[in-house]
Formats: sequence, C-alpha cells, structure tokens
Amino acid sequence: MSEFIIELKKVSRFFGSVIALQNIDMQVKLGEVHCLLGDNGAGKSTLIKTLAGVHAPSEGEYHFEGKSVVFKSPVDALDSGIATVYQDLALVPLMSVTRNFFMGRELTKGKGIFKRFDIEKADKIAQQGMADMGINVRDPSQAIGTMSGGERQCLAIARAIHFGAKVLILDEPTAALGVKQSANVLKVVAKAKARGLAVILITHNVHHAYPIADRFTLLNRGQSLGSFLKSEVSREDVLEMMAGGQELDELTAELEEFSRLDASA
Amino acid sequence: MSDSVQAVNVAAQEKDERIRSVPAWKKLLHRPEFGSLSGAILVFVFFILTAGDSGMFAADGVINWVTVSAQLGVIAIGACLLMIAGEFDLSIGSMIGFAGMMMTIPAVYWGWPIWAAIIFAFIGAMFIGYLNGYVVVKTGLPSFIVTLAFLFILRGLTIALSILFTNRTIVGGVKKFSENDWLAPLFGGTFGNGLFVWLADMGVIDSYKDGSPIVEGIPMVVIWCLLLAAISSWILLRTSYGNWIYAVGGDDKAARNVGVPVDKVKISLFMFTAFTATVYAACQVFEFGSAAADRGVLKEFEAIIAVVIGGALLTGGYGTVIGACLGALIFGVVQMGIFFTGIDSDWFRVFLGVMLLAAVLFNNYIRKRVTEARH
Repeated sequence: MSEFIIELKKVSRFFGSVIALQNIDMQVKLGEVHCLLGDNGAGKSTLIKTLAGVHAPSEGEYHFEGKSVVFKSPVDALDSGIATVYQDLALVPLMSVTRNFFMGRELTKGKGIFKRFDIEKADKIAQQGMADMGINVRDPSQAIGTMSGGERQCLAIARAIHFGAKVLILDEPTAALGVKQSANVLKVVAKAKARGLAVILITHNVHHAYPIADRFTLLNRGQSLGSFLKSEVSREDVLEMMAGGQELDELTAELEEFSRLDASA
Repeated sequence: MSDSVQAVNVAAQEKDERIRSVPAWKKLLHRPEFGSLSGAILVFVFFILTAGDSGMFAADGVINWVTVSAQLGVIAIGACLLMIAGEFDLSIGSMIGFAGMMMTIPAVYWGWPIWAAIIFAFIGAMFIGYLNGYVVVKTGLPSFIVTLAFLFILRGLTIALSILFTNRTIVGGVKKFSENDWLAPLFGGTFGNGLFVWLADMGVIDSYKDGSPIVEGIPMVVIWCLLLAAISSWILLRTSYGNWIYAVGGDDKAARNVGVPVDKVKISLFMFTAFTATVYAACQVFEFGSAAADRGVLKEFEAIIAVVIGGALLTGGYGTVIGACLGALIFGVVQMGIFFTGIDSDWFRVFLGVMLLAAVLFNNYIRKRVTEARH
C-alpha cells in the first residue's frame, strides 16, 4: 500500500472548452494537514469537488488507498471515508446539536415499527464528539442557532469524524470567522490530525494555513504551482507564490504613491 | 464506552463556567407549545368566569366543544407535520368535501359496501395528496400556489361530479347502509357508551327522562384525534423520520446534503394531510349520515391557524403536534364558548384574527431567541 491515502496523478478537469484544472499532482497523507491555497478562480473548488466525488477527473488518475478509483457520487466517496465540510456546513439552525449531529444517520434502537431515535445515547455521543474537539456543549438539546459560527464549524467537523471519515476536506472553514473563532477551528483541525486523519484545508488565508499545515499545494489559474513541505518554504514564499503576493506588492506601491501625492499637495 | 462518556461529561460540565442554571419556567418559555398552553389556560379561565354556570362545563357542553376541537385537531395534526416540513396544504378543506363524496356516492348510488367505499375514499384522497406533493417537489413551485390550485380543482370536481352522478349536491341516506357495517362505526360511532350509562346511573352526569344519559359516548373523532396526536407526536420527536421532518423544514438543502430523502418526506406528508382530511370527512359523513359538496369550506385556514397558534413557524422547521392540538382546543373552546356566554358569535372571527396575530408575533420572537447566535 502506498504511503499516501490520496494521490492525484496528472488530473485535469474540463467543463466544455473551459480548463478548470490541468495536470494536477497532489499527495495526501494520513496524519497530515494538506493546505490547498489559491486565489478566487484558481480551481480550488473544482479540485475539492473532484476529490469529494462530485466531479470525475476528465483526465488523469485518482488513487485512494493505493488503488485507482472513480467515485460515482459524493455518497460513494463518503462511504470510502472522504468527508467534505462545505461552507454551508449542512446544518439546520433550528435543530438541536444532537439532531444535527445525527441528521440523516440517526442512531436507532428497537425493531420494526418501534424502531426509534435513541436520543439519550445520541445526546451523549454528540456531547462526547464535541468534547473531543475541545468544545463543551452546554446542552445538547439546544438549537445550534444559538451557537457561534466557529462552534458550528466544529460541530460539522466532529460529525464527519464520528461517522468514520479518514480524509476530511474543509472548504474555507475560517472564511466568515473572527480571529478567536478561527483559532478554535484550527485547533479542531489539529485535533483531527492528531487522531490520524488526513485533512485537506482550503483557504486563501496564508496566516491561517501556515501554522497548521504540513504540506501546501498552490493553485493558480487551474494549474498547480507545486506541492511543498512546510520545511521547504517560508510563510513569505507561500504568500509570494499565491497570485495575491504580486498584487499586494503593487497595491503597497500604489498606496505609497498616493500618500506621497497627498504629502506634496 | 458509556462510562467514559459520562466521566468526560461530568468533567466537561464541571469546568464549563458558561453554564448557568436556567429556571424551569424559562425553559418552558422556549418550548414551542408554551404560547398555546398559556393561551389555552387563559381561554379556560375566561370562560369559567363568564360562562361557568351556563352549561358549557356540564357533560353535554364539554362533549360539544371537545368534539369541535377534535375535528379541527385531526386536520391540524396533518397540517402541522406538513408545516414543520416547510410546506402548506390549502386543499385540505376541499379534500374534506371531495373525500366525503368519494365514500357516499359509491355506497348510495353504485351499491358498494360502505367499508369498500371508505377504503376507496382513503386511497383516492391519498393519491391526490401524492399528486400535490409530487407537483410541489418536482416543479419546486411554492406549495401555497400548487395547493391553492387544488383547492379550486377539488371543490369544483366535488360539485361537478356529484351533480353528474347524483344530480344533487347533498347526498343523504348513508345511515341505512352504514348501520351494520364493520368499518363505518370507527368514524361515526361513539366510544365508552357503557361508562356514560353508568355515570348517569350514579348521577354524575344528567340523564334524559327515559333514563338514558345526556351524553351517549365520546364521539369517535375525539378518539381519532387523540390517537393521531399520540402517534404523530411520537414519530415526530422520537424517530428518524421525525428528525427528517424537522431537517427538511429547517433547511432542505442541508438535509439533502446529509442524505435525507427530502422529496419522499414531503410527498409522504402531503399524503398524510390528505389522510387526516379523509378521517375528518368520514367522521362527518357517518355522524350526519350525509355528504355535502360544501363540506370543509375554509377548514384549511382553520387548520393552519390552529397550527400557528400551536407555536409552529410558517417557514417550517419548528413546532410540535401537541402545540397544534392545543391550538385546535383553543379554537374549539372559543368558538363554542362564545355561544354559551351569549356574546354575538360574530365576535368569534375578530377574536380569531387577533389571536392569530398575537401567536405569530410571539412565535417570531421565539424564533429570534432560538436562531440568533449568542457569542
């Protein structure tokens, strides 16, 4: 068996005449956080959807646990242990922590027409799952509408882990969060990694990605700028390589120009 | 496993400084039934004070408003589950008329046994419910519009078909067919007759001059209401399917993403609503011994009002069956109580409108409390 749980070999994905991804190579290892960096339109979404089984690669090979696979649907990928937490989280705010945790995969007891949702046990498991991620749920029957965005993100992650994910794909988990909440989510990511999961973290915030990542893949305009181990690159290198780096330099220069003009006026 | 779970829970709870004890009454305030429960208590207090000696709370008076409440309760239970799943059915009232005709015309004019006609009506109604649901799910149109169309289609069909087959809009004479039937008494009969004879003998309730009790028994519609309430409430709160109902109404996209069969849940609930409308229709047909093409007019709105008073959100995802039943009880008590107090019954509608508005405002407030993040 290969050292990597997921390996993409020269994967491309076309939509009609549009080349969304071209010749992407990527390796994901258990117990590692793999950061996928890139600006808007770089192909991050297409890449994770390919990993998650939404799109099949147009060209190239997708290896999972050493074998070439073609996932027919996201459910197919999920059954193999690839869980994706999208930005909308697939949570229902009006429902309780427990009901969300088990939504669609309810824990039941009893048989036949007396088969029922084992809420007491489910409460305990949900609370435990959250506690493992470092979140103390005050009351598992509270509606998650009362929880913060960071806590909800953690719930979605804890749920994926509970249901046997080996690879966790997180789509911009810190995008809408404040500094403190982002830190909490990143802690949860670290916990997932410590449990031996492979985490694929999508972000365009290098400052969130750098402290936690073991490996980076940079995307730009549908192509990979390469994968790097953290030991090989500095935070500045990464920032530089992202399309944003160059643009930000230009912005800084422009702002300097403005302030000089202001000063002379 | 459970030992370690508990150990961690205790530890987690001990070190969480954010827990504060919430008084029991405050917890109650956050339950969907709270509004309707306090409303029901208020209404009872009001009528005990104003109509306490009018016979409203004598045996026959009680049966009177309990029956009216139960009739509404039956369809409110169907409307409630559907509303929690995020959909409406405005065709409930028309379905009552249509189902009534579906079970009387075959029996009276075509010589079918009553039980077969009843089963035919249930199957027919549930098929129309399926159609409602299928159109809503497949087109993605608001159920408000789709079922509004069925409100007119079914009412029109009821009148047109009953004229076509029988040349009249009220079909009577069901009694003589239903008397010896095995299925009809489940809808039109009364329950616990022996108990009431005994109660009359003991002098607990009044009796007629010939010694028969003033109340023959509990109408079957009350039994149906209690039974449906118990079963639906259990399904909603304690089964996977119940969890799906909440999920579908709360956010159908999220539900779909985690593998909840959203379309099946919705279609099955449209069928259940049609089922409850048919129960209502059957109870009326076998109580009065007739079906009329105008039965059930405006009942869809009464059902929705009861559900909303019961604390369900119009937008779905929140509510309980018990709440809907309490809403129906308030409705029945006020409708009948106004008659007992001697107030002009025109005021009933004014009261109803005010009650509805108050309930919606209250529910809105609760929704804000439940869905807004506290950081």
